[in-house]
Amino acid sequence: MGLILAQLLTGLANAGALFMVASGLSLIFGVTRIVNFAHGSFYMLGAYVGWSAMQVLPGALGFWGAILVAGVIVGLVGAAVEMLILRRVYAAPELFQLVATFGVILVVQDLALMIWGPTDLLGPRAPGLTGVVRVMGEPVPQYDLALIAITPGVALALWYLIAKTRVGILVRAATQDREMVGALGVNQSWLFTGTFFLGCALAGLGGALQLPKGGADLLMDFTILAQVFVVVVIGGMGSLPGALIASVLISVINVFGVAYLPQSTLVLTYVVMVAVLIWWPFGLLGRAEVAGELGQVGAPEEPVRPAGWPVRAGVAAALVLLATLPAWGGGFALVLATDILIFCLFAASLHFLLGQGGLVSFGHAAFYGGGAYVAALLVRHADTPMELALILAPLGAGLGALIVGWVALRASGVYFAMLTLAFAQLLWSLVYQWGDVTGGDDGIVGIWPADWASGGAAFFWLTLVLCVGGILVLRHAAHAPFGYALRASRDAPLRAEATGLDTRRIRLVAFAFAGAMAGLAGGLFTFSKGSVFPNELEIARSFDALIVVFLGGVKTLSGGWVGGGVFKSAEDLLTRFDYWRLALGLLIIAVVIAAPEGIVGTLKRLARRQGGEDR
Amino acid sequence: MPRALFPTLAAAVLASLPAAAQEGEPIKIGEINHFTRMPAFAEPYRRGIEMAVEEINEAGGVLGRPLEFVFRDDQGEPGEAIKIAEELMRREGTVMITGSILSNVGLAISSLAARREFVYLASEPLADALTWGQGNAWTFRLRPSTYMQAAMLAEAAAGTDAVTYATIAPNYAYGKDAVAAFKEVLTELKPDVEFVAEQWPPLFDIDAGAEVQALERAKPDAIYNVTFGTDLAKFVREGETRGLFEDRQVYGLLSGEPEYLEPLGAEAPEGWVVTGYPWYDFEDGAGAEFVSAYEARWDETPKNGSNVGYATALSVAAAIETAGSTESAAIREAFEGLTVAVPAGEITYREIDNQATHGAWVGTTALRDGGGVMVDWTYEDGADCLPSDERVRELRPAD
Amino acid sequence: MTPVLEARHLTRHFGAIRAVDDVSFALAPGELLALIGPNGAGKSTCFNMAMGQLAPSSGQVLLEGRDITGWPARRIWRAGVGRTFQITATYASMRVIENVQMACLSHHRRTFSLIPRAHRLYRDEAMALLETVGMGAQAERHAAILAYGDLKRLELAMALAHAPRLLLMDEPTAGMAPGERAALMELVAGIVAERGTAVLFTEHDMDVVFGHAQRIMVMNRGQIIADGTPQAIRGDARVREVYLGGGAITAGRGADG
Ligand SMILES: Nc1ncnc2c1ncn2[C@@H]1O[C@H](COP(=O)(O)OP(=O)(O)OP(=O)(O)O)[C@@H](O)[C@H]1O
Ligand SMILES: [Mg+2]
Repeated sequence: MGLILAQLLTGLANAGALFMVASGLSLIFGVTRIVNFAHGSFYMLGAYVGWSAMQVLPGALGFWGAILVAGVIVGLVGAAVEMLILRRVYAAPELFQLVATFGVILVVQDLALMIWGPTDLLGPRAPGLTGVVRVMGEPVPQYDLALIAITPGVALALWYLIAKTRVGILVRAATQDREMVGALGVNQSWLFTGTFFLGCALAGLGGALQLPKGGADLLMDFTILAQVFVVVVIGGMGSLPGALIASVLISVINVFGVAYLPQSTLVLTYVVMVAVLIWWPFGLLGRAEVAGELGQVGAPEEPVRPAGWPVRAGVAAALVLLATLPAWGGGFALVLATDILIFCLFAASLHFLLGQGGLVSFGHAAFYGGGAYVAALLVRHADTPMELALILAPLGAGLGALIVGWVALRASGVYFAMLTLAFAQLLWSLVYQWGDVTGGDDGIVGIWPADWASGGAAFFWLTLVLCVGGILVLRHAAHAPFGYALRASRDAPLRAEATGLDTRRIRLVAFAFAGAMAGLAGGLFTFSKGSVFPNELEIARSFDALIVVFLGGVKTLSGGWVGGGVFKSAEDLLTRFDYWRLALGLLIIAVVIAAPEGIVGTLKRLARRQGGEDR
Repeated sequence: MPRALFPTLAAAVLASLPAAAQEGEPIKIGEINHFTRMPAFAEPYRRGIEMAVEEINEAGGVLGRPLEFVFRDDQGEPGEAIKIAEELMRREGTVMITGSILSNVGLAISSLAARREFVYLASEPLADALTWGQGNAWTFRLRPSTYMQAAMLAEAAAGTDAVTYATIAPNYAYGKDAVAAFKEVLTELKPDVEFVAEQWPPLFDIDAGAEVQALERAKPDAIYNVTFGTDLAKFVREGETRGLFEDRQVYGLLSGEPEYLEPLGAEAPEGWVVTGYPWYDFEDGAGAEFVSAYEARWDETPKNGSNVGYATALSVAAAIETAGSTESAAIREAFEGLTVAVPAGEITYREIDNQATHGAWVGTTALRDGGGVMVDWTYEDGADCLPSDERVRELRPAD
Repeated sequence: MTPVLEARHLTRHFGAIRAVDDVSFALAPGELLALIGPNGAGKSTCFNMAMGQLAPSSGQVLLEGRDITGWPARRIWRAGVGRTFQITATYASMRVIENVQMACLSHHRRTFSLIPRAHRLYRDEAMALLETVGMGAQAERHAAILAYGDLKRLELAMALAHAPRLLLMDEPTAGMAPGERAALMELVAGIVAERGTAVLFTEHDMDVVFGHAQRIMVMNRGQIIADGTPQAIRGDARVREVYLGGGAITAGRGADG
């Protein structure tokens, strides 16, 4: 009994930092509709800034003062990010802003490394709160009790701010109905900046408050991000009470998981998440997304048309050049080109979903990595020949996508995105923790191409044919009746249903189709590297593809593979330098600001302007 | 669209420029590591290498040519590491590859090395699979493996009267290997031991309070810890606060390495039996010389990685010198049975499994001047901690 | 003769609001029936229940004698019902003709086809439909930049793609110039006469309603308060009361409620 109570208290204490970070993310999403991928970075910044402040501020007052200072400074940084970067891209297509926040992640990672150095920093202990209190004989750290007291305090303060003040009324109005606020004559940009300040300050507070239980290190940003997404999604995007309930729920479940299912703690979290979302697709306290709420802001999408002959000729020439690469490029050129081609197909498959179907997936790596693992597992456990494995990889991934899509497509918009993320994380944690079959973190090694394809050139040609073929198939699908039906389901689902289209089935097929294409890319990846590891299923991989698709241009047909090619090439060049993350982050932010329609979209616009066809 | 294709092609063109490698030119070694993902570990290691390279080149280089390491960052991604290894070997003209800390990256490069037939010296990754389960002729390993270090601790544990043990290890391959090896060796030495709890926190995402409660619940006589980095810091702090370590012997794999001990500062645990690198108490000999040279060169104290990096460069130089050529096959042959003098002493790359006999220091943690150190330590030679040759042959199916 | 559409005791609540309250009516083949009533009377809700966009809280909908309550909209469409929406719903990323081609593709059950290029399929058929509604000249324009009235006509063309036996039109002439309104209603009347299609429409423009409807039903607060020929409705006291309370009976209207 005493132990269970003590465990409960541990869970509640853990919920504190999680709630603060999650409520900040939720608040920002609620008001601005921005999914702030950089929220983990603000948490990390809070820990570092708090640590530094604690070095100079003495005593208990200094300790708590440092935590407040961390909150304020991080809040100001957040406000600056909003004013300098995000404010310029509010008119971009929905969710485009997350690309900018991804750039911020990279920049913050390198800045933190520059300022605080590579060594993990141990957080100072809270003066006067270093001991334990005996609760029914079980030791409970005093600082845990302090956290348990502070969290409801912060929650209450937030509640007061939002329920009782004018600012809060505006925040609520904006969360319910964005246009209303504009109609009320409120200066929307200050509301957004303020929200960013508050949201980021909460993340900073969370980071600083957890210092006595850990410290500051350079991997904190992604570690917390995964957890915070879980919390926000379970609680419901935009709901603060939801964030509170979910962070307590997850923390407490986790504490008991550690005690009774120590092998499967990761899986447990994601199983809970998927289960909750199957029951409540919008989270415990979230509300259904109003159709089109995310808003197709910006210019309407141009109708697709088949490429004209000059473009076709150009592409054909480029393909010929590429096909002859083994003759004029070196061995490494083939390796690099193979990498890029595979990534292009992966990106193009996500682009198909996003661009044609309006389906934003945060978990597309599930199918890419899934295909990679299907191929590797087949070779490892069933001695499958490469040719067959390359057929079964897309089939397996497509089948997986069919199952995931069947559940996830009950929701839409950001909730759909979050559900895909949940499934991807579930798959990742299964692969990671089910070592007997998947090799866990040590992966599956020694999966090389068949003899005929093992020369650099042969495998390159195989990749070229399959990837270019895949991209062309995806492109053709956009021109086929199915592509039209998919766009119809996206543009006006009511109309589509009222003219006989089964929009859900159309989306499901598209999801499976894109999943299969990603699986093909994954299968090729396995054979090109000779191995596969859980990294290929990670959030970071899904994000890579997402960023690339947005950078390439969502509302174009070739944005996916073009973005993939440009991004991979830039990465290959930049990673040769120190602080390349800073450079890449700034590059991404620059592209976001300069070309909110993406690379292809902007090139097209420029070309139109040159052609004097300006509308 | 043709325009958009350009960057792809540009990169490919760039990649195809021929590399110049003529006689008298430096001998290049490709070093792939997680410089951005794990800078706290990779940077001291890099400095160890750089220092060794400076010394080697001052002394006339290798085969009369200067030695040069090409450092590349793989972000801790196996796929990226493979690409870089291909680039280094095919375009940069490196003669072999070294590096990686993470085992999965090491395994990926190792598999490529066997495929493309170039030598890979896995200096830091600890996975047993590198030299055993998935060992191959082209991969050599410098640092004492998970098994070896776990065996050292198990031997120390076997000498006490603790009977019930609890383990805590990060839930991934290294943690699993480390627990399995400890259990195997300890049970062999002392069949009546009992493992009463196994905790598996996710790597770098430990819920320390809950883990400590779960361990406490099992009331073990002793605890075997494999967590490291931020997980270790959190575990130690919660464990100390909640009194988990009172009257319990704790064994900590790698916990004595400065990389892990130093960040803990004055909160470093006392009385743990650990493997590590007690550079501060080296009094004379090659070890102490290395330490003072390193401090003079870099104006900072060495880490375990510094020592490994230094020994890596020495090993590479010795192998190429012995081979008398920079051909992969010759270097590979030279590595088989190669004996090198490194700061820890003489080490040999065993012919049977390509594992070096580099040992580790085993000692007890204590506090000194507000920081954790190892005291009462001894250097355990790696050769003494390995299973019998027969067993090794079983464990290494490839040969 | 079985009515094309029959509503029996249709009821729909939204929380405490009874948007539609025990509504029953029938529509004969080839009939042109107007459903009128002030803003918020429940007209659109009736339409949505008739075509499966909304499930009724209770009551039944029968199509040519078959109970279609609870069917999804796409199935009702296949059974021969087309509709237009109060807030136009067209495919903004496509050309005008492609919008109609899409409806034709659905009619011919080709939506899952991956082989042919869609922009070549059923062009003539789609063009003919566009000509019918007078949009032929705008076939190649981008649907996103159409005027509101043109969007209404485009929707009508799409609704006609599978030769429906029943057409539900929610405010078909909203946003049009008076001349256009009359022309569109002539067109609808022509379709009724030619093809025998039954039409149920709502409208706020009383000129349109009294000029074209064969029969009028008046709704107020979720209930049908009058049902009869235009002359009968014009003379109905309760109707006058409703409309005089809410404004002039002949007023057209702009924005949607
Ligand atoms: N989805 C909904 N949720 C809640 N209430 C609704 C919903 N749809 C309609 N209502 C309410 O039901 C009532 C009837 O609405 P309906 O749209 O059917 O009216 P209408 O007769 O079409 O009006 P108008 O002439 O303005 O189009 C209104 O009070 C409206 O507010
Ligand atoms: Mg209406």
